[in-house]
This record gives sequence, C-alpha cells and structure tokens, in this order.
Amino acid sequence: MSVSTPAPSGTPGHTADGPRTARRRNPWATAVTYLLLALGAVAFLFPFFYMLVGSLRKTTTGDLSSAVPRGITGSNYTAVNGAISLGRSLLNSGIVTIGVLLCTLVFGLLAGYALAQLHFRGRGTVFATLLLVQTVPFQLLTLPLYVLVVRDYGLGDSYLGMILPFAVNSTAVFLFRQFFLQMPRSLFEAARLDGASELRILWQVALPMARPAVLTAMLLTFIGPWNEFLWPFLVTKDAGMQPLAVSLASFLSNLQGTVPNPTGALLAGACVLAAPAVALFLLFQRHFTSTDIDSGVKG
Amino acid sequence: MTHLTPTADGGRTSRKGAAARLGRIRSLTGMLFVSPYVLFVFAVFAVPLVYTVWISVHRFYFTAPGTHVDAPWVGLANYRDVFTDPVVGRAFVNIAVFLVINVPLTVILSLVLASALNAKIRFRSFFRAAYYLPYITASVALVAVWQFLFGTDGFVNHALGSLAPDPSWLVNSHLAMPMIAFFVTWKQLGFFVMLYLAALQNVSKELYEAAAVDGAGRIRQFFSVTVPGVRPATTLVVIYAIITGANLFSEPYLLTGGGGPDHASVSPVLLMYQKGIEQGHPDFAAALGVVLVCFVLVISLAARKLTERGN
Repeated sequence: MSVSTPAPSGTPGHTADGPRTARRRNPWATAVTYLLLALGAVAFLFPFFYMLVGSLRKTTTGDLSSAVPRGITGSNYTAVNGAISLGRSLLNSGIVTIGVLLCTLVFGLLAGYALAQLHFRGRGTVFATLLLVQTVPFQLLTLPLYVLVVRDYGLGDSYLGMILPFAVNSTAVFLFRQFFLQMPRSLFEAARLDGASELRILWQVALPMARPAVLTAMLLTFIGPWNEFLWPFLVTKDAGMQPLAVSLASFLSNLQGTVPNPTGALLAGACVLAAPAVALFLLFQRHFTSTDIDSGVKG
Repeated sequence: MTHLTPTADGGRTSRKGAAARLGRIRSLTGMLFVSPYVLFVFAVFAVPLVYTVWISVHRFYFTAPGTHVDAPWVGLANYRDVFTDPVVGRAFVNIAVFLVINVPLTVILSLVLASALNAKIRFRSFFRAAYYLPYITASVALVAVWQFLFGTDGFVNHALGSLAPDPSWLVNSHLAMPMIAFFVTWKQLGFFVMLYLAALQNVSKELYEAAAVDGAGRIRQFFSVTVPGVRPATTLVVIYAIITGANLFSEPYLLTGGGGPDHASVSPVLLMYQKGIEQGHPDFAAALGVVLVCFVLVISLAARKLTERGN
C-alpha cells in the first residue's frame, strides 16, 4: 500500500542551517486543514446536538426542521423516567461502576506495584498473562461466564454478578505498572532501609506520586462498566436491578409504545446515559489523551 | 517490617543474611500483592476458557442452580453443527464485510485527521475533544440517535429526499451490515486519531526535511514519511478492528434489531447469544466461541505479520 521508505542519507549539513524557514505556511494548505477539521467536528458533534435537541422537543420528528431547538420541554425526561425509572437505573449503574473502580484501584495498585518494584517468583509469568488477557476479548468468554456466574453461582440479578468479570481492569494494572516502573528505585530503597513495610511504601511513597496515573486509570475504568451493555443485560432479568444502559436498551426495543413521544423519550434517556461520561471527559480531558494512549503505542 | 541496622563495620556475612531474608520477605510480599489479580484472571479468564472447550464437546443443558443433569460426551458434533449452519457462515461473512469497510476507512480518516491536528492550528483541544466524544459515550445512547437519524422517516432520508434508499438504511439487507461498520468506525475514530497523533510525534522531523530537500512535496512526504512512520499504530488499528468485528453485539442487537433484516447483519457474538441463551443450546454457542477465539488469534497474528513486514 505505502510507497517505499525514503532514503534520507542526507549529510548532516542539510538541516543545520538556521531555524526552519524552508516550510513556509501555504495559506491554501491551512484552509484545507481547517476545512477538514471542521467537517470532522460536525460529523462527530451533530448526532450529540441532535440527541439533545430531540430530547427537548415536544414532538420529535425526523424532518429537517427537527434539528432546530423549538418548543423546549422537559416532558420527555419525565416520560422516560416513568417508563424505566431513571433514578433506580442510574443508582444501579453507579453501584456497579463504583464497585469496579474500587476493586481496580485496590487490587490493581497492589499488582502494579508488585510487578514494577518487587522481585518474586513468577513475576514474568504474571506480566505475560497480563498482556495476554488484554488481547482476549471478553465477549468471547461471555457464554461460559454466564453459565458459571448465573447458573452455577446463582449470582444473577446481583451487583456482585455484574461487577465480577470487570473487577480488576487489566489495562489499569498495566498502566500502574508502567508508572511505578518509572519511579526512581533509590526512593523505595531508602524507605525500605527506614524499615517501612511494602504496603506502607506503596501507600505513602508510591501512591502520592502516582496521582496522574490513578486519575487516568479511574477515568478509563469508569467508561467500561458505565457503558457496558452485553454482560449486565445477560445477568439481570429484574428491571429493578438493571443499569441504565440495559433499561434504556429494553425501552428502545420494546417499551417505546408506552409513552406519547417515544423518540423524544428515548433520546432523553440517551442524554442521561451519555451525560456523566461526557462530563467527566470534558472535565479531565487532559488525562484521557496523554498517558494511556502513549503507553498503547510505545508499549 | 524487619529492621536492618546499617552499622558501619557490621560483619559481612550477617548483612548478607539479612539482605537475603529481606529479599525473601519482599518476594513473599510481591506474591501476596499480585495474588488477588492472579485469582481474578484465573476465575474470569482461565476457568471460562477451559469450561467453554469442555461444554463444546458435550451435549450441555442449562439447569437451575443446584440441580445436576448429565452432560454426555459428543465429540465434535457441536463443531459439525457450527460449520454446517448457514447463519454461522453469514455471521463470518459479515465480519469480513465489517473489516473491509472499517479498516481502510479508519486508517485513512484517522491518519488524515491526525495529520491535520498535528499542524500548528488553533482550537486544537476543541477538535480533539469533539473527535473523542463518541468513543467515550455508551453504544446504547449513540445507537438510539443513529436509529432515529437513519430511520425510514429520519433526518438523513429527509435530507436526501428522493435519493433516500428504499428500504431504508437499517432495514435494507444490503446496507444493514455496512451501516454497522460505519457506526463503529464513527464511534471509535477519535481513539485512533489520538493513537496516530501520538505516533506522529515519534516520526523524526529530520525525515521530513530530508524529503523536502530531495524535492518531495507535501503529498509525497505524507506517503513516504508519515505512512511508514506510523506503521505500528496501523498494526494496532488492524488488530483492534478484528477484535471489534469478532465482538460485535450491541450494534446488531439494537441498531439493526437483532441482526436483521433476515440475518443480514448477524454477528458471531449475537448468534452465540441467540443460540446459546435464547434458544437454549449453550453447547453450540460454546463451540462457536472456540471457533471464534481461534479465528481472532489466527487473523490477528497474520495481520501483525503483514503490517509489520518491512520493519
């Protein structure tokens, strides 16, 4: 597909003369760049805008005027709340997400610290397993997990059953390990000479310095269980236990007829489901875009 | 916990002994620290993996918790059923359709957008945020909007007027699977834009300058410096696309109403759900799962070999 790699072979003299004046900015190139970026932004943002506008209109139709915010009302939110009880669904989503976050933080930090700073038998094997686990798609194990968790352990319709498969996020463990690896060894050695236990070193020395990694890992880990559909959908039959993604999906496939403006109500539910992740992202944008992706490319 | 007293002239041997003891303790601590994670991987990956293989070679029935029903050994019978089922074939063809659309589109669009973002421009963080937004938003929420936008009486058809396809996008057997591929491409593009943007930082500026000196224009530079320079990221796109394709569930289940029309957009994981859980043939679904894992591993290995050739 690509043309052969260039043969630079340039003598060092080529680039050495003065600041870079060679590539003067071409106004046309700049215009094309902005046009491309703006087109991209419209393609990405329009559905979000349409979702919000549609959720606020009294009658939500598909014609061209439907993209104009007119006749604003909150009735769609009330309607979807009546059909799937948003509060309860949000609470369920919250409990599952927080459960996953806590497990990932506690067990992930311990594992990441051990993999980075402690020598023990089997460390290489554990790390290799960590990398392998990240490549095996979870969905492929859904069926045996369903048989185990729901049929054998009887954890259907329970928070524990929903949390279990996501309890420790392997990507977060990897992230912690990479972060702790960069920390100077001497720091830990000094604390050890002072007689601090490893747990205390992790808590009082490593963790305070690892705050950015912890924040990134928490944001990454939040998105997964909050947005997850397949697993909670399989595990929950009781509507009172369903997280919002699942109850909204059931509204989408068979409850829409129960409200006066079904499309508006659906879009209202979609806004509520999207809002927390979007808000967190906008607040902590910086942390989404640096470490995680860099480690993905280089690691 | 142990107190090491660093006396200036302490006997060498005792210090060695203490160090060894400390090392042993640290080794034990290390094992203790990773044990919850190891236990988790064992319970959530290793056991299900073995269990799925076991189910796939038995006639397996769902039972209520606590009751026991024999699961007789049936050898490869479930695999024979999987390979002779026309819908399974359709599901794998659909992955191919997905890949043929998703991979080139993702590579081209995200590389172009990342290159544009990499230039000295204003509002960069706005564009970055805009592109990333679909990636962090729940599929279920986005599917709701797409279903409405591309519905028979939806915004897109109104905008197209007489050019609108009939039957409409999501209920058209030729367009349903491509629509899923477009949806996923759109949803995940932001992630790959960021991936390429990070990869672009590692392409040496001197290469561009050398190419410019050799008389290469902007477009030539893009193809002979940028494209080879970000090849590791491209490998990741391909592997990620294969994994996503093999995993499609919520899109065919919700966007095209259960893999419709008439299995035109069915995916292997959706089929595992329909056959295994809805229709109560977990053994068939387990065999399909094993085939799928092998398929993913083989294809991603091949993709890695292909895209990394030349490095």
